[in-house]
Amino acid sequence: MENLINIFVKSIFIDNMVFAYFLGMCSYLAVSKTVKTSVGLGIAVIFVLGITVPVDYLIHNYLLKKGALIWLGERFADVDLSFLSFIVFIAVIASMVQLVEMVIEKFSPTLYYSLGIFLPLIAVNCAILGGSLFMQQREYANIAEATSFGLGSGIGWFLAIVGIAAIREKIRYSNVPAPLRGLGITFIITGLMGIAFMSFMGIKL
Amino acid sequence: MKLLRNYIDKIKPNFEKGGKFEKLHSTFDAFETFLYVPDTVTKPKGSHIRDTMDMKRAMIIVVIALVPSLLFGMWNVGHWHAEAFGQESSFWPNFWYGFLRVLPLIIVSYVVGLGIEFAVAQMRGHEVNEGYLVSGMLIPLIVPVDVPLWMLALAIAFAVILGKEVFGGTGMNILNPALTVRAFLFFAYPGWMSGDSVWISGMTKHASELIDGFSGATPLAEAAAGNVGSLPSIFDMFMGIIPGSVGETSVLAILIGAVILIWTGIASWKTMLAMFAGGLFMGLILNAFAANPYMELPAWEHLFLGGFAFGAVFMVTDPVTSAQTERGKWIYGFLTGLFAILIRVLNPAYPEGVMLAILLMNVFAPLIDHYVIEANIKKRLKRIKVKA
Repeated sequence: MENLINIFVKSIFIDNMVFAYFLGMCSYLAVSKTVKTSVGLGIAVIFVLGITVPVDYLIHNYLLKKGALIWLGERFADVDLSFLSFIVFIAVIASMVQLVEMVIEKFSPTLYYSLGIFLPLIAVNCAILGGSLFMQQREYANIAEATSFGLGSGIGWFLAIVGIAAIREKIRYSNVPAPLRGLGITFIITGLMGIAFMSFMGIKL
Repeated sequence: MKLLRNYIDKIKPNFEKGGKFEKLHSTFDAFETFLYVPDTVTKPKGSHIRDTMDMKRAMIIVVIALVPSLLFGMWNVGHWHAEAFGQESSFWPNFWYGFLRVLPLIIVSYVVGLGIEFAVAQMRGHEVNEGYLVSGMLIPLIVPVDVPLWMLALAIAFAVILGKEVFGGTGMNILNPALTVRAFLFFAYPGWMSGDSVWISGMTKHASELIDGFSGATPLAEAAAGNVGSLPSIFDMFMGIIPGSVGETSVLAILIGAVILIWTGIASWKTMLAMFAGGLFMGLILNAFAANPYMELPAWEHLFLGGFAFGAVFMVTDPVTSAQTERGKWIYGFLTGLFAILIRVLNPAYPEGVMLAILLMNVFAPLIDHYVIEANIKKRLKRIKVKA
């Protein structure tokens, strides 16, 4: 249990998807204009990461990894299908995103329209694929660990996008030099937020 | 005084539209309003409250509140230099030595920072903002006394340009500029910002002349190494006779500043109190776990150590980067204190967490405000519905 909490906290603060690895920047930069839409997108990302990481964990450990197919019989002990992992992970992610899209369209059409193209684009959000690949690389011991890693990464990404959205709302009427307005200043804010998030680097759990 | 006023009035037309030095209008305006309360008033339309209290006056009060820490810091620099090299230690020579060591830091800070401020103001054609008066005084107080001046200049240029001017100048920045300077130095030149030898003036250059057995470690470094028993006495820590950054050591001097700030209403007592409460709370939680000697350190002693008091009085209360709403200030201050002690004790990479905790909460202050305002809107909407 303690182990699960450690992984959870670590993936929110220390290995934050945005500030430690700078993943998922496209939707992070594009949808962070208002807090309300960014909360919607953040929750969608938490949901997708929380489901795809454990599902990919199962696929990786029982189908793709070297020796994973041993449950079919001794003959399959040497089969290594991990070269398929990219394409399989993407397929899982794409189908999950499809599901989220349908749910949001049904229950909150306003959110659906404000997220616009970025909702389907979660499918190619690097934070999501990154989540599955980190899971593969870090070799979590069981599905519970993978789930807590997925949820934690999602919440870390959520915190980042909601935080920057609040800052962007605050500076909306600031007299930012014209060439930097919009994306330019957002990049600078992201960098400064990265400095602030360095406070957690090095904590050992 | 009359002479000065007359002189200013005499040269004023040169700087107005069509005058000889029209381009230097911002510079002239900055000096005039610095010396005198401006004589321009809002046009008689609508109702206004008129007060001589403006940004420049407010900033000067903060600088005055910093003076006790600055004077004590100067003496402390001299005192530890004398201790480290086995020289005779008496009041005035110590103070004089410290004065000569700290003065270059202050000069570099103001020259570089104000230089950039003036240049940007001229370029963008607005008034020179007053915010740097305070930042420029805070910066020398939160760096180790031996930091090379070119590093300080570089860090100030980074913080003023990328941390402040690109957002539109004073009042628009999201991170505290003084702490941005420190964070920049801390991550770019860690060798000059932490360790045992940077806190004592001259210790890195003349290591061989030190008296035997002098370590120069700050109490925080001692505590992090587990030597809780060898901490200085509470009295020394309260007075500030410990190695550390220039102005952060003396809790007494900082408290004098705090009284000035609260009495004049410049800084929010809520934020200060909340930060102390947050630090105390986290200290008590760590005491409850008590997994190592550092965690067993009494919670209230944490508040005397390192930069906690200085951060709580002068940094967290920065009216620009802290939470703006009244309830937000409580949450913001409390979380800052909490994270400061958490990072200090649990993160082996950094000996002190106050700077990073404040920067972290600066980032989330707008979010706290956003939700406090949302909650208020919801509450008031409910009141309407009940009546209807």
